[in-house]
Order: sequence, then C-alpha cells, then structure tokens
Amino acid sequence: MSAVSEAATSSAMRTREATVRRFAFTDMVFRAATHASAILVLVLLGGVAISLIAGSWEALSKFGISFLSTESWNPVTENFGALAPIYGTIVTSAIAIVIAVPIGIGIAVFLTELCPRPLRRPIGIAVELLAGIPSIIYGIWGLFVFAPFLQTTIQPFIIWLFKGIPGLNSLFAGPPYGIGLLTSSLILAIMVLPFITSITKDVFDTVPAVLKESAYGIGCTTWEVTRRVTIPYTRVGIMGGVMLGLGRALGETMAVTFVIGNAHRISASLFAPGTTISATIANEFTEADGAIYTSSLVALGLILFIITFIILALARYMLLRIDSRTGA
Amino acid sequence: MSTAQSLHQSRKRKNAVMMALCVIAAGIGLAWLALILGALLYKGLSGVSLAVFTQMTPPPGDAGGLLNAIYGSIVMTIIGIVVGTPIGVLAGTYMAEYGRFSKLTTVVRFINDILLSAPSIIVGLFVYELMVRPMGHFSAIAGAVALSILVIPVVVRTTEDMLNLVPNALREAGTAIGAPRWVVIRSVAYRAALSGIVTGILLAIARISGETAPLLFTALNNQFWSSNLNAPMASLPVTIFQFALSPYEEWQQLAWTGALIITLTVLGLSIIARSLTGRREDR
Repeated sequence: MSAVSEAATSSAMRTREATVRRFAFTDMVFRAATHASAILVLVLLGGVAISLIAGSWEALSKFGISFLSTESWNPVTENFGALAPIYGTIVTSAIAIVIAVPIGIGIAVFLTELCPRPLRRPIGIAVELLAGIPSIIYGIWGLFVFAPFLQTTIQPFIIWLFKGIPGLNSLFAGPPYGIGLLTSSLILAIMVLPFITSITKDVFDTVPAVLKESAYGIGCTTWEVTRRVTIPYTRVGIMGGVMLGLGRALGETMAVTFVIGNAHRISASLFAPGTTISATIANEFTEADGAIYTSSLVALGLILFIITFIILALARYMLLRIDSRTGA
Repeated sequence: MSTAQSLHQSRKRKNAVMMALCVIAAGIGLAWLALILGALLYKGLSGVSLAVFTQMTPPPGDAGGLLNAIYGSIVMTIIGIVVGTPIGVLAGTYMAEYGRFSKLTTVVRFINDILLSAPSIIVGLFVYELMVRPMGHFSAIAGAVALSILVIPVVVRTTEDMLNLVPNALREAGTAIGAPRWVVIRSVAYRAALSGIVTGILLAIARISGETAPLLFTALNNQFWSSNLNAPMASLPVTIFQFALSPYEEWQQLAWTGALIITLTVLGLSIIARSLTGRREDR
C-alpha cells in the first residue's frame, strides 16, 4: 500500500521535474531567440556601415579627401567628386525645412488650441495620412502636375519680379524649367510637413494644463500663451521634430529624383536643375559601369549615411529629453 | 487709460493675426492632401480597366497592363513581411519583457529609431553589397531582403510600445499560477497586445508596398512575367518610376494608374491600422 503510493509519488515527482526542466529549457530557447533578434538590430546598422565603407573604399582611397570638394562628376574620364550632390542635398533640405517648420507649427497650434473638438481627430489623421503616402506618388505628382504649374505661372512671375534686384536676380535666374532645386525643395517641404506637425502636436500635448491655465488666468491671449509658455516649454521637442524632418528630407530619394533634373553642377539660381546624393544614386547606380564609378556612388551613400545618422541621433536625443521630463 | 486700451487692442489684433495664420497653415496642409489625391484620382481613374490587372507590362507605345508588376510587388512584400516580422516581434519582446531595464535595450531602442527613419536608398546599397554583388546578378530575393530590413524597425517599435502597455498585474497573475516566463509572454502579453502588434505589421506593409529606392538595384525590374525568385522581378513602384519618366503616353498613363493602386492600398492599410488602435485611444 505504502510502496504503491511511494512509487506513484516518485513518478509524479519525476514527471513534474521533467516538466519543469522542459519549461526551463523552452524558456531559455525563447529568451535566447529574443535576445539574438535584439542584437540583430544592432548588427544591421553595423552591417550597413561596414558594407558602405567596404564598397566605397576604392573611390575614397583614389580620390581621398578631395572627393568632398570636387565638383566634377565625369564617368568618361572616371573623375568623381561629391560637391554638387552634397550642395544640392543640403540646399533642398534647408529650404524645405524653412518652409515646413512655420507651417507645421501653425497646424500644431491650430490642432491644439483652435480646432473645434469634433474636427480635431479627423484633421490630425488627415495630416498624418500625408505622411503615409509613398514618396514616388509625390514624385509623379511633382513631375506632371506641380512642375508644369511652376514653370508656366510662378517661376516667370518671380523672374520678372526680381529682375532688377541684384542678388535676388541671380538666385532666381531663368529660364523656368519647372524642374530644379526649388521645385524639389517645395516637394520635400510637403513631404516633411506631416512629420513635423505630428511631433509638434505631440509635444504640445505634454505641456501641463496648469501652466497654460495660469497664463490665461493673468489675461494672456492664445498667441501669448503659445509664444511664451507652450513653445519655450517644448522647445527641445520641437527641435527634435525638426531634426527628424530634416533627416527625412536629406535622405528622400524618389520624389526628388523626379523633379531635380539630375545635373551635376552648382549654379547660383534655385531654378536651375541640380542633383542630390540620393537622386544621383537612384539615377545612375544600375547604369554605372566600371568599379570606380560604382564605388564613387557607394561613397556618396556613405556620406549620406553619416550625415543622416548624426542628424537623426541628435533628433532622438532631443526627443528623449522631452520623454524623460514627462515621465518624471 | 488710453495707452492701456490701445495696448489691449494691439495684443488682441496680434492674437487674431497669428491665429488666422495658424488656420491658414492648417488649410494649406489639407489643401495639399486634397490636391495630390485629386490629381491622382483624376489621372489614375481614367486608366483603370480590367486589362491593368490581367495583362503584362507592354513594350513602348503599346497597350497593356501591370499584372507582372503587381504580382512582383505582392510576392516581395509577403516575403519581406514573413522574414521581417518574426525578427521584429522577437526583438520587441526582448526589449519589453526580458530586458526591459537592461543597457542593451536602451541602445537597441536608440539604434532602431535611427533605422526607422534612415534613408531607404542606403538599405538598397547595403543589400546590393550584401547579396547582389556576391551573387553576381539582381534578384527578387534580394529585393525582398531589402524590404524586410525596412519592416524590422517598424515592428520592433510597435511591439515594444504595445507590450509596455500590458499591465504587469496580468503577467504576475500568469506567473503566480506557475506558468513559465515564455508561456506568460505568449498566452498573456501577446494576447493582450495583439491588436497593437497587428497594427505595426499593417503599417510595415503600408510602408514597404510603396518603397521604390531599395528595389532599384536589388530586384531591378522585369518587362516579363517571372516567378523566379533568383531573377530580376518587376514591382509596381519601380515600374511607375520607369514608366513615368518615359516619353510614351501609354506608359505614363499606366504609371498614374499604378500610383493610384499603390496609394489606395497604402491609405486603406493605414486607415485599418488606425481603427484597430483608435478605439483604445477613445476609451
């Protein structure tokens, strides 16, 4: 009797032990799998950096640091320099940000302060839907609708307007192609607008109600509350959003490729066709023959990677600071 | 008294001007969306016909459809999602469950956020160096890998965020009845965060279905029907790119129609994704 129950207990103990061991084993396997996947994310970024450096090694060792300061881009003589694409990238992104930031902040103020409550969500969603539209759609729209419009109406007017003013007349010198640096900047501005808007709106929502209410309580107008309370309180977060938008603009490929004109030269006029790093890669990579040509294009990619990495890291750092403040 | 009054008036005026500017800014944002969608509908709808979905991409100057491009896009998107999603979900799980307070999680979160907004053309270059150059030719599988690299950060981010929203009491209840950690994660945490994780996957599909840059020099393009994963494959975005920049009327029309298909797909997916999590916000 006791022997039977003892045997039953010990076999129960054994199965229990086996189950616990099995559980411990599967748990370990699962944990290792999740751990490995998390590390894979780091490996991906490292892999990108290593492969770009390896791919661009040939060009960088041939041209050295002058790769950054040479304007010439000549596949025939195999003499390559990155200055024109870098110039185009920076100029188009900078103009885009200058246009998009005030509009983005304006929309955020509208959404948080002015918009009737029932409309708030639909409009917020509509602006965010703009962010989801693939860049190629902006490109095809820019090429077939926006550029001809600029070419026939806006650009001739601006050229006429600034004809006699020194400085401005070379900045807006004709002929109006429609495509070019300014058109790309405008398309980029449309594209980064939703990012800047939604982040600004999010950080505006972190302002404690009591701060705004006390400002209203002493008689401030809505604009004064925005200018003196909301914006100073969220300055770091807004900067983070702007940097995030800048990162997008710098790396944006397809929309720009359609409307930039792909000309490897630096001209004073914003109406002239130019090129950006990403547009150059997209346009020329599959047609590049010769190792040094391909390698130079990868080197352009490496430059873009470094620039965007720094900008995005700064953006994340600033947004983290806002997060930790609201978390505390 | 009168200076105080005039100050009051000027403050009020300034407020009215600034607020009007904000309303105009919002109007511009919405008008732009309407303009783009309007042009897309106007130019795209006129080319929609059964042939678009049943015929191959035509040679220059001929009528045809987008069947092989649509097929290629679907195949590469599916492979990209199938490869990228498990990695993303597992990494997100590590960050929210096993390693919530570890140093690694902070680093991975930072790097992942950078990957999330890194230029997609860089990913294309990476996969070119990783797969196309060693293999010696362009292939659909390289395109799919490039897309999966874009999927991972989106899924990691939403998975981690959603798992962090699951109340700890649920996990403790699971552990208290003796369930091991991974069973708790699988049957409690995943189940509670399911709609959020699905949202992340939908957003990832929406993102990669319109991506062009990473496919340009991985999957390349193909005029013809091909289901061979080891060969170049057509995709909707790359076909749009090629056709839109061509001088042929028929090709440009097909590009507009393709653009309309992609936009409707992406907008549809984002709206579904939003409605999945939207209910939670309204509560």
